[in-house]
Amino acid sequence: MEEHFQHLYQALSQVDGYIYPNEIDLHWGLMIVLYPYITGLVAGAFILASLERVFHVKVLKPTYGLALLTALAFLLVATMPLVSHLQHPFRSYEIFMTPNSTSAMAIFGFVYLWYLMAVLLLEIWFDYRRDFVIWSKTSKGFKKLFYQLITLGINDTDEKSAKLDDRLGYFITVIGIPSAFLLHGYVGFIFGSIKANPWWSTVLMPIIFLFSAMVSGVALVMLIYMVVSWIRKVDIDMKCLDTIARYLLFILIIDFTLESLDQIHRIYEAEESFDIISVLVSGKLNITLLVMQVGLGTIFPLSVLGLFQFYKPSERVRKFFYFLVGGMVLIGIFFMRWNVVIGGQLFSKSLSGFTSFKTVYSGMEGSVMAAVWLILPLFILAFLLWLMPPWKKVTYHE
Amino acid sequence: MGTNGMNNRRKFFKASAALIGGTIAMSIMKPLGLMAQTDSDDNTQEKDKLPLWGMGVDIEKCVGCGKCAEACKIENNVPKEPFYFRTWIEQYTVKNDGEVKIESPNGGIGGLKQSVPDKDIFKSFMVPKLCNHCTNAPCVQACPVGATYISPEGVVLVDDSYCIGCSYCIQACPYGARFMNPVTKVADKCTFCYHRISEGLQPACVEVCPTDARIFGDLHDKKSDLVKFLQKNPTEVLKPHLNTKSRVFYNGLSSEVR
Repeated sequence: MEEHFQHLYQALSQVDGYIYPNEIDLHWGLMIVLYPYITGLVAGAFILASLERVFHVKVLKPTYGLALLTALAFLLVATMPLVSHLQHPFRSYEIFMTPNSTSAMAIFGFVYLWYLMAVLLLEIWFDYRRDFVIWSKTSKGFKKLFYQLITLGINDTDEKSAKLDDRLGYFITVIGIPSAFLLHGYVGFIFGSIKANPWWSTVLMPIIFLFSAMVSGVALVMLIYMVVSWIRKVDIDMKCLDTIARYLLFILIIDFTLESLDQIHRIYEAEESFDIISVLVSGKLNITLLVMQVGLGTIFPLSVLGLFQFYKPSERVRKFFYFLVGGMVLIGIFFMRWNVVIGGQLFSKSLSGFTSFKTVYSGMEGSVMAAVWLILPLFILAFLLWLMPPWKKVTYHE
Repeated sequence: MGTNGMNNRRKFFKASAALIGGTIAMSIMKPLGLMAQTDSDDNTQEKDKLPLWGMGVDIEKCVGCGKCAEACKIENNVPKEPFYFRTWIEQYTVKNDGEVKIESPNGGIGGLKQSVPDKDIFKSFMVPKLCNHCTNAPCVQACPVGATYISPEGVVLVDDSYCIGCSYCIQACPYGARFMNPVTKVADKCTFCYHRISEGLQPACVEVCPTDARIFGDLHDKKSDLVKFLQKNPTEVLKPHLNTKSRVFYNGLSSEVR
């Protein structure tokens, strides 16, 4: 506690203007930045998978299974930053036991569960069930046991059962698309519905969160597809990669348009919070918003991907730039979350001053912990790819 | 697959459906008041007999001595560090050039002193702040588990044994009236000294105010000091555009105050 007080005394000495005395402590730190970031990656990866499944974009087939498993790996970790941020994490189950029906955060718990249990796990299960049965006959040890258990005793492998799996899987994906929209739109609503905070309170927030989620998820799957191909020493399907990049460009354009609209609207209306917000953007968020989010995370990828629609350099060059752009987009969206969560708490609700935020390394809210929550899904993904490699599947949906 | 397996699966689905259906039904019934006796006529009549607590703040009387903020910390075991306040006083100084300086060192505890030279001052006044005990409380709306609630007497309270410490209520409060208590690790705020008012006493801040700048009372009682204060003075609430329907009313509120 002493360390926390010291940290706050330091922040107190850096207050600029007037803030309410209870506002010196930023109540939402790095963990709450990660929470919408990771949830967004899940929703985005799922929507990319759905493009192939529901809208029959066959060229994206090499990334279908990868995108689903990526979504699952990140979804399993998505609530961890949230729970570890709670002052009483062992009471977190109360959100499910006695939810307050007027609370955006309480309802999110159910949206999350619905998405995990009813959509993602079921879709993956129907997609893999027949493979599990077949693999259970050819594997040994842990894998054999896992495959046997996960079939849940349904061991049919005939054409009829495969067709049924396919139909049910398709049906779930169709439900899954609005569910993924709901999942991340809802995260946006958690912020957008806070009328006390003019930086958050915009009706566009859910839709901005949704499109930025798609941007980040698509970029992540693109990167993972490239890395996994290199590790497996197989050729990257350039048609697939070019298509993903094209989708990334389109979604990025929509995302950037929406965010620009939000800012233009603020500037034009210039309500009472405008003065403090303009100082926030040009000052405290100067680097994270203008340089990281807009410059590196949006303008640079837009320019490169836009250029590639008219001029196609060699595969080698394209791969290099796709990799670079994917990374930049992921960094940009991370800073978008940062600018929303941290930015929204840097200025006082008295609209008269600023507090400061300094990342710490250690502790539950520290950057080391944040790195753990970001790297852990990659390990889970590696495990899932080992356990149920999409490239070894013998059953494919139509 | 055998018939047995089929039956087991059917039983499992039935049990799951009943469990999920039951949970959803409970969640829906509760807010709609369909569960036994939550809002019956008897209870409504009971509620009418109860006081509806509120507070008036007379800015013209506050001298910024900080006794209220100090008494509050002592009475309610609020940590002494200058980051945690259930109530505090802000000193507003409007300079001749129109610039507004707002200060509240240590929430005003120990007394507020003017830092602007007299010749530069256009006007100066003190504004005591506290939880506004809103009728449409954004914190109550936001709390994911219902740990923050409005008592039948209109006081916004926190159930310490129930709060999960997510800080969503702190984000939702437009007035900066909440903080995360570093000792209890739950959201903390002004309770109008609920333990005192339930015994017929005044809140600590009201009790110690040397100028009677704070007027506490029952909004239902036409003879109460608070109702008289509201009748005599043109009062305003903080941030009225947010429609929180605050129950803390200010006399002499200047437009600079947020």
